[in-house]
Parts: sequence; C-alpha cells; structure tokens
Amino acid sequence: MKTPEEIFEALKNKFGEAVINLATDQPVDPYIEVAPLEVDKVCKFLFEEEGFEFNSLLNLSGVDDANGEKVKDENDNDIIKGGTLSVFYHLESTIHRHKIVLKVSTDRENPEVSSVEDIWRTADWHEREAYDMFGIKFLNHHNLIRILMPYDWEAGYPLRKDYQNPEFYKGMKVPY
Amino acid sequence: MSLKTEEMILNMGPQHPSTHGVLRLELKLEGEIITDVIPHIGYLHRCFEKHAEAMTYPQIIPYTDRMDYLASMYNEFGYVLAVEKLMGIEVPERVEYIRVIMGELQRIASHLVALGTYGADIGAFTPFLFCFRDREHILHLFEITSGARLLYNYIWIGGVSHDLHPDFLRLTKEFVDYFRPKVKELNELLTFNQIFIDRTANVGVLPAETAINYGITGPNLRASGVKWDLRKDDPYSIYDRFDFEIPVGNGEKGTCGDCWDRYYVRVKEMEESLKIIEQAIEQIPEGDVTSAIPRRVKPPAGQVYSRVENPRGELGYFIISDGSVNPKRVKVRAPSFVNLEVLGELCKGHMVADVVAILGSIDIVLGEIDR
Repeated sequence: MKTPEEIFEALKNKFGEAVINLATDQPVDPYIEVAPLEVDKVCKFLFEEEGFEFNSLLNLSGVDDANGEKVKDENDNDIIKGGTLSVFYHLESTIHRHKIVLKVSTDRENPEVSSVEDIWRTADWHEREAYDMFGIKFLNHHNLIRILMPYDWEAGYPLRKDYQNPEFYKGMKVPY
Repeated sequence: MSLKTEEMILNMGPQHPSTHGVLRLELKLEGEIITDVIPHIGYLHRCFEKHAEAMTYPQIIPYTDRMDYLASMYNEFGYVLAVEKLMGIEVPERVEYIRVIMGELQRIASHLVALGTYGADIGAFTPFLFCFRDREHILHLFEITSGARLLYNYIWIGGVSHDLHPDFLRLTKEFVDYFRPKVKELNELLTFNQIFIDRTANVGVLPAETAINYGITGPNLRASGVKWDLRKDDPYSIYDRFDFEIPVGNGEKGTCGDCWDRYYVRVKEMEESLKIIEQAIEQIPEGDVTSAIPRRVKPPAGQVYSRVENPRGELGYFIISDGSVNPKRVKVRAPSFVNLEVLGELCKGHMVADVVAILGSIDIVLGEIDR
C-alpha cells in the first residue's frame, strides 16, 4: 500500500517534467497533475510497475474548468474563450488496495489527451463519453465516436458550460 | 461445391423485450454464430449531469432516483455519502441503520427483478411472477416509509426525510421470515431446473482477469470468482458491523464466470442481505433522524469520488464543488454502463439465442446507462 506522496515521488523521479504537481489542498482526496500527452505512459507505468499495479480504472471523467474569458458571440450568446478542459482518472489496485487520482488539463480550443484505452479496456467507453460530452480528443483511441448523443449531433458538446441547445435537429424542434 | 457466405448484420432492439429497455445491439453474424456485438446506447439520455449543474445539492437527490430506477434507494445512498464526505458531516446512528436496512431491502428487490426477468428471458415465465409477488412486499415497506413505491427521495444529506413508520420494523421482520423459504422455492423452481442450467451453464464465460480490466464490478465480478465487495473491501456507512458472507461463483454447474454463476451469486446475495437486515433490526437505536441535516448545503471547493456497492456493482459519484450551492460537475460512474461494455467479448462464438441469456445475466438498467 502506497500513499499519494510516495506515488508522486516515484512518478516524479521517473517522468520528471511530465508529472506536474501533487495537489494536497483538497478536502478529501489529493490528486497528481500530469501532462496530457504523457498520461498514457504514466498510466502504463502505474499499471505495470511492481508495488503499484493499478489494475483497475474506476472512473474517467471529463470536466469543463470554465476558467477562460467569457465573451459574447455574434448571436449575443455567452461563450468561453481560452482556458482548459480537464480529465480526472481514478485508479485503484485490487492487489495492493491503494487508490490514486490523476488529473490532466488540456487546452480548451484544441483539447488533446493520450488515450489509456489499451491499458484498461474499460477506458474505451469512458473516453468516448468524455469526447461526446466535452469534445476532448483522445489520441490513439480506436473508435472515438459519440456514445450517448446521436452519432450525427452537430450542435457541440453538451456538458461544456457555454453549450447552446440547437433549435432544430434534422427538422425536429429541440426545445419541445 | 462451395457456397458464397457473407457477414450478416442484424439489429436487435431498440424495441425488443429482452433488451430490458431501449438498447440496440448490432449483431454481426456468420450464419447463426456471433462474430461481434456492438451495443448502441443513448436512447434514454437525459443528461442528468447537465441538470445537476443547474440545481442545488439537495435538489439533485430525486434525479438520482431516476437513474437506476430499480435501486433508487441505493442511488440516493451513494449520492448523499459523497456530499457528506465532501462536507465532513457525521450522521446519527439511527440514520446509518435506517439507510442500511433500506439499502439491503433495495438490493433484494433489485435482484428479484433481475432473477425474475432473467427467467422470463429464457422462457420460464412462472418464476417471474413469483419474484414480482415477493418484491411487492418490499415496495410496500418502502411505501409506508416514504410514500412512494419506486422513486423515494427518502435519504437526505445528513439524515433521512423522516423517521420510520411505527410498524416498519415489525413488518420488515415479518418479511424476512416470509422471504427465507421463498428463496428455496425459487431455487427449486428455476435455479436447479435442468433446462435452465442447460441454457446458462458454460455460456458467456467471463474470466477474472478480463473482468477486472473491463472494470466489471458487483455480482458479475464476483461470479468470476473474485471476492470483491465494497461493503467488505472498502466499508462505508456501518457495514463493518455486520456479519455476512460474500458469495462468489465457483463454476458449480459449468465454468466459473458463466451465466449460471452470475445468476446464482445474486440468489445467494439475497440471503446475505436478509442476514444484514436481521442484524440491523436488532441493533437499531432510537434517536433523531433529522438532527444532522444541514440548513444550507454549501460544500467547500474541491473534488470527491465516493462509491458504494449498488445491486449492480460499484456506483461512484464524482463531484466537483466550486464552493457555491450548485455543484460544478457531477459525474456518475454507473455500474451498468461499465458492465455492458464487455458484452461483445462475452457473446463471440455463441448463438443468437445466447445473446439474450448473456445480456440478461449482466443485469443492466438502461436508465442508468444513458443517465
């Protein structure tokens, strides 16, 4: 069983710059912040390395940080420019019975995160959901398509804070 | 002579009685043998998570009822535990006991639907009616407690909405005594029926390694022989006070992790739940159930992931608070959503008729998958 501090130390030694910091100011669980394009390597390490063996991905969740600049578009709708989108990973080892939370933050205008789908198969649908709801692109995902919304939904990503409901979907009025 | 063969694609659902809701399965067939199954979900998508961002924390509770509508009590239970963890609220003893009793009754009710409809899927209709008859007793207990049969809004942040009905404990005790023999009856009627065993044993075998990698939890994981139950392995509330077993699959009628094991683990779990309820009824103290309910729910800024052992597996709530009265993000790790993903893997090489048996054995609720 390893504490978040020990895991952070080990990751920092192994990956250097790619592991950004350990946030301990949280009310419950601290999290480790990781660079978005390195997260697959970090996860692979946590999955394979003896003593860690995080064999289970409990949850993968996209988040809109909404920390950009709020501006008006041409139709006078509030939209957010700049800032970040985040992804939280909750990992657990059923062997050593420890847990850790990873966080990556990526640019809102071009959100790209490395996929962890080939480490934990369960990440497949979780990543598709995060893509569907936030538009986060998971690089090297084998089938990154919408999952909950219609496959041909063109009005954007519903869980972004500045999402606007479209008036029509294929000629059907949406706010019925 | 060689015949030209080609892959056939068959849509099962979205309107199909054994998809347990609106689920479309795209079956890829080689003759009658399945080569792949692609589930298409989202027909019930209401975007609970978007709704949640516009509401205060207590207002979200009724919405959680509507996700896994067969286990509403447990959805509330999981949600309030997450908020309490974030706010650091300690709830009175009596509340803990009430929640555990409700949760375990809900587990039995949910498993009864799972087992009954599973029998009906496979062609045994009578057990279905037997199961629903017994579930009715539990729904009655919930009704005298909360006023509703299915969607309760009973468990609140810091407590429960009001105390138990004066007759509740007596009626629950009576139910436990009534229900024990009924489990035996179900076993005679369905579980050890040779036709049923032939349909389910050695079908859809899920090895333990695959199950963990796919994030499978709950009875489906335990049927694969993994002794993993959050009530024991990461105890929440007061589950560490009760004496009960964790049933696991052992390949009694076929291979470990087949459909029959997944079915039978649920039967045995109902008996364990009865044990917990019995102990809880004996131990429950008197006390105020609303004293710890906060007037204003305003958690500190930060994130929390809290999980409970729902009848279907690990139900997790990931909540991010920005310090205001509305959550910034609520993500539900729905067990059915994760469990359904493995369906393609399980069905490969089986017949079309087995898809029904495998899907039923996973026990999904579409309201929770689509949220």
